[in-house]
Amino acid sequence: MSGPNDSYDPKEVAALSDDALSGAVDAGAAAFAAAADLDALAEAHTAHLGARSPIALARRELGALPPQARADAGRRVNEALAALTAAYDERHVALERDRDERVLIEETVDVTLPWDRAPAGGRHPLTLIQERVADVFIAMGWEVAEGPEVEAAWFNFDALNIPPAHPARETQDTLWLDPPEAGVLLRTQTSPVQIRALLERGAPCYIAVPGRVYRQEALDATHSAVFHQLEGLAVDEGLTMGDLRGTLDALARAMFGPEARTRLRPDHYPFTEPSADVDLECWVCHGTSTEPGAEPCRTCRSEGWVEWGGSGMVHPVVLASAGIDPQRYTGFAFGMGLERTLMSRHDMSDIRDLVEGDVRVTAAMGREA
Amino acid sequence: MLAPLSWLLEYVELPDAPARDIAERLTAAGLQVERVERIGEGIEGVVVAKVIAFEELEGFKKPIRWVTLADGTGERQVICGATNFAAGDVVAYARPPAQLPGGFRIDAREAYGRVSDGMICSGRELGLSDDHTGILVLDPALQLGSDVVEALALREDVLDISINPDRGYALSMRGIARELATAYGVAFRDPGAVAPPPPGRGYPVTIEDPEGCDRYVAVSLEELNPSVASPGWMQRRLALAGMRPISLMVDVTNYVMLEVGQPLHAFDLEKVNGPIAVRRARGGEKLRTLDGTNRELDPRDLVIADDSGAIALAGVMGGEHTEITDATRHVLLEAAHFEPTSIAYTSRRHRLGSEASRRFERGVDDALPRVAAELVVSILVDLGAAQRTHRSTDIDNRSLTPTIELDPAHPGRIAGIDYPYETISSRLTDVGCSVRERSGAFDVTPPSWRPDLRIPEDLVEEVIRLEGYSNLPSTLPRATSGAGLTREQRLRRVLGRTLAGAGYTEVLCSPFVDAASAERLQLEPGDGRVPSVRIANPVSDAEPFLRATLLPGLFSALVRNVGRGLSDVALFEVGPVFRSPSRVPAPVLVAGKRPLDAELLALDAALPDQPGRVAVVIAGMREQSGWWGGGRAVSWADAVEAARTLARAVGAEIVVSADHHAPFHPGRCAALAVGGELLGHAGELHPRAIEAFGLPPRTSAMEISLDVLIGAAAGVTAAPTVSSYPAATVDIAVTVDTAVPAAALEAALRAGAGPLLEAIRLFDVYVGEQVGSGRKSMAYALRLRAADRTLTVDEVTAVRDAAVAEAATRVGAELRS
Repeated sequence: MSGPNDSYDPKEVAALSDDALSGAVDAGAAAFAAAADLDALAEAHTAHLGARSPIALARRELGALPPQARADAGRRVNEALAALTAAYDERHVALERDRDERVLIEETVDVTLPWDRAPAGGRHPLTLIQERVADVFIAMGWEVAEGPEVEAAWFNFDALNIPPAHPARETQDTLWLDPPEAGVLLRTQTSPVQIRALLERGAPCYIAVPGRVYRQEALDATHSAVFHQLEGLAVDEGLTMGDLRGTLDALARAMFGPEARTRLRPDHYPFTEPSADVDLECWVCHGTSTEPGAEPCRTCRSEGWVEWGGSGMVHPVVLASAGIDPQRYTGFAFGMGLERTLMSRHDMSDIRDLVEGDVRVTAAMGREA
Repeated sequence: MLAPLSWLLEYVELPDAPARDIAERLTAAGLQVERVERIGEGIEGVVVAKVIAFEELEGFKKPIRWVTLADGTGERQVICGATNFAAGDVVAYARPPAQLPGGFRIDAREAYGRVSDGMICSGRELGLSDDHTGILVLDPALQLGSDVVEALALREDVLDISINPDRGYALSMRGIARELATAYGVAFRDPGAVAPPPPGRGYPVTIEDPEGCDRYVAVSLEELNPSVASPGWMQRRLALAGMRPISLMVDVTNYVMLEVGQPLHAFDLEKVNGPIAVRRARGGEKLRTLDGTNRELDPRDLVIADDSGAIALAGVMGGEHTEITDATRHVLLEAAHFEPTSIAYTSRRHRLGSEASRRFERGVDDALPRVAAELVVSILVDLGAAQRTHRSTDIDNRSLTPTIELDPAHPGRIAGIDYPYETISSRLTDVGCSVRERSGAFDVTPPSWRPDLRIPEDLVEEVIRLEGYSNLPSTLPRATSGAGLTREQRLRRVLGRTLAGAGYTEVLCSPFVDAASAERLQLEPGDGRVPSVRIANPVSDAEPFLRATLLPGLFSALVRNVGRGLSDVALFEVGPVFRSPSRVPAPVLVAGKRPLDAELLALDAALPDQPGRVAVVIAGMREQSGWWGGGRAVSWADAVEAARTLARAVGAEIVVSADHHAPFHPGRCAALAVGGELLGHAGELHPRAIEAFGLPPRTSAMEISLDVLIGAAAGVTAAPTVSSYPAATVDIAVTVDTAVPAAALEAALRAGAGPLLEAIRLFDVYVGEQVGSGRKSMAYALRLRAADRTLTVDEVTAVRDAAVAEAATRVGAELRS
């Protein structure tokens, strides 16, 4: 770049000479015309219209001219620049059209080609349903509690008001660790976590307990020695059976949709008084199959209701076992089989599909949002 | 419990209620009606007909009769294979087109060379009984041509009710009828409301065990008339209720048991030696019970004994020696009340359940023994089978039923709705309680048939259930604000999602393993993963242990998938393993009282360790070949990477080192550590383990501790300063001895490069002539950046030299020229 110079005629500055300017225009136009594609045109643009191109250098020389010379030189530079830009634009439009009309067509691939290069994984449907119910209760302000699967009989039976003579304790129902006299077993229900949670947290206490439980069962289409339950426990001042009902309704709606309805039916459990079985209105026929002459329903065997779980108001002995004053606090609890819930929800007929670990089951059921 | 509706309605004034509605109301009251059996339904065109004559057809393997019938419209001829009838007998004739239960159509058809115009029906064909030995011979007084369904009153609805263990009273028509009357708010006539004559000096009885038996009534019935059979109506009711008619005495005692719920037993009086004693069995005492089984009695078994020893298992089953037979003329009738727990234990000990034990276990009305005995005697007297007797004994040691104090607000407080005083009092009266109101509280005395009512909450349940669970409000409690998932729960979700995202499929394996799984895993004795927590009564004797490692379960699942034709499988499981069984038993603690802290610790000390683990197993192709190019088989590196991926997902950093650890390949096993603590192992499996489990070649696996990983997971980290100055990249290629682990070399380069190093990546490993034997070339790309300036060429060179120098010092690296 030259310094300020008042004494030279502008035409004598080489870069601003007519020859130089028209040369730059010609060279640029030729380069643009020769560019075969947009990439080449971009390169030509840099060379002929870029920051270090002759025309750009010429523009910079303008600043060094005396004012009287600057107007003429400026006009000539601008004319050259306009000519170059026009040449560039013309070529750019042409090349873009060519790309859109020909090149992109030629680059066409078969987008239906599979890309199953990496394996697809998935989580077990029982894990997903446990998380789903956990989320429902978390949203209600409850917490998720857990406990050991190998458990002391006191937690699994005595504290839950299941008397020593109760048949559930027998070896045909309960899996005991060796030796059985040691009083240690594989928990038969998630309910022992009620006691552990109450001992640990005291009242008030609102917990959901999804977990694995064990019973002495041979594996067949509807039974497994290992299965999963969801337990719920709420202990607070003034809790009612209405609260139990409302909570079960909320859970049913969350799991089976806004139409879901529950029904409580008197039943007997040692750890609740009053006790109630929880039925779910058949989500397939909504009870219509019970009408005379209606189509039979396979899901509810035309009974209109499907048994879902057990529930009730926590027995005072259970509260007292966990050091909670039954005079001051009441509570409700419920429990349901998650395999059963899952099988109902997905119209699944064989529980073995859930325990055998066939990846096709997870592929079909384990990818729910 | 099968309850014929017509029997129930004998005690309830309930005209014209459909069985379906009755079933719904009983279910709503807690007597769950499983189904309603509609007996006699589906019979059409079966009429009463008379046998005029028959001809025996010859030449067939069995006797066949060609029978001429009169059915009121004319004469019909049918083939019949039965021989239990004579000319003049009245029979049930299926006249074409007729229909039998189960949708069987009866049309005229050819049989034995003749065209049979329909058929003569057996009891079983009409769904009336199990009898198929001959046809049904009917009352000759019936009108010929009349429909048998009406003529025999065949139509009957039988409720099949599942009775909860606390509702022993409902194992009787009396108990169910009472609930039915309450459900409809109509009157109930109590079949137990009879006034037995006062006991006299009957058969000598002593109760040696008043805890096991607080009531024993014995009635001597002499000179029974053996020619009296049980009447048809009684046999029919027994059959409908699911019991087989046997003999008059057995049928009558069963009938009364079904009617009021009191189990009864009849001894052959002539075979009883001396006074009756109710006592515990003696050591070594034996009894042959009615089912023909010789039983070794347990000293805890309650028995009925005479001078010869035990003659019955009290409340469970009688003995064969004193069993009544067709020849029995004199009977000793027992109506007793036994303690439920003792009966339950005996029944289970001998694996012997009976109608009697089922009732005693659930609690029988202790006011019934004399009532039930009287009902039996009246029926026998009415039938002309027995004389009225005054020879009865009644030993009565019953304790008083305690009164329960009930706060009238209690039921409403539990239900969430207010119940008026009158509602509470009338509901409890419906149940049979006597209710006395006293200054703001109720004194409630439960009836003798409700031993399950013991605490106020039991009464609360009665009120709420009879007022209807369906009338409860649906409210949501306002929970105290929760803290969300715990950190561990959140991290477990992250781990599962991470592995699923990395292509692993979750399985939930059976936790039961056999002892030999340790050998298949090549474990040394003393390894914590050798199964040691044993189940006393395992589901399968072949798998008596709980898993101490997740691997065998995953291996089985992998083999199963491969066996089903899925050759490229990547599986994972997250779950507990069971180790170090405790040597101390759990303390025996009572219910209803919070254990002391020391006792709680002792309970936990009785449990084995149950640490959480995460494991993967992977086989086949990790990446498929396809139109994009070649695939890649699974290798040890995938297993190690699974652990790294997990650690990365929770913000922990794994340090890998070579290790020897079963069941892994000794040269392809990585020990994984976080924060200086051993996390677990990963690598390719040892060929011997692969063979032992039947796994595909080169199967690789990883198993780590969930607790250690979660312990090492990042907490809240400070936000980094992100420099916007340009990065400088520089490559370093060095040679080291082949034995130098990549991890050690990288650590040296990192240490030497210092704080300007932003990232380092190994991009090439080369072994070959150019680097000389025993050496390998490792090429790294380093990205350098400063927080406050653009790095100069000199600075970059200095970093590179420092890195190489450190690598030279630590692991003998030489810059490759």
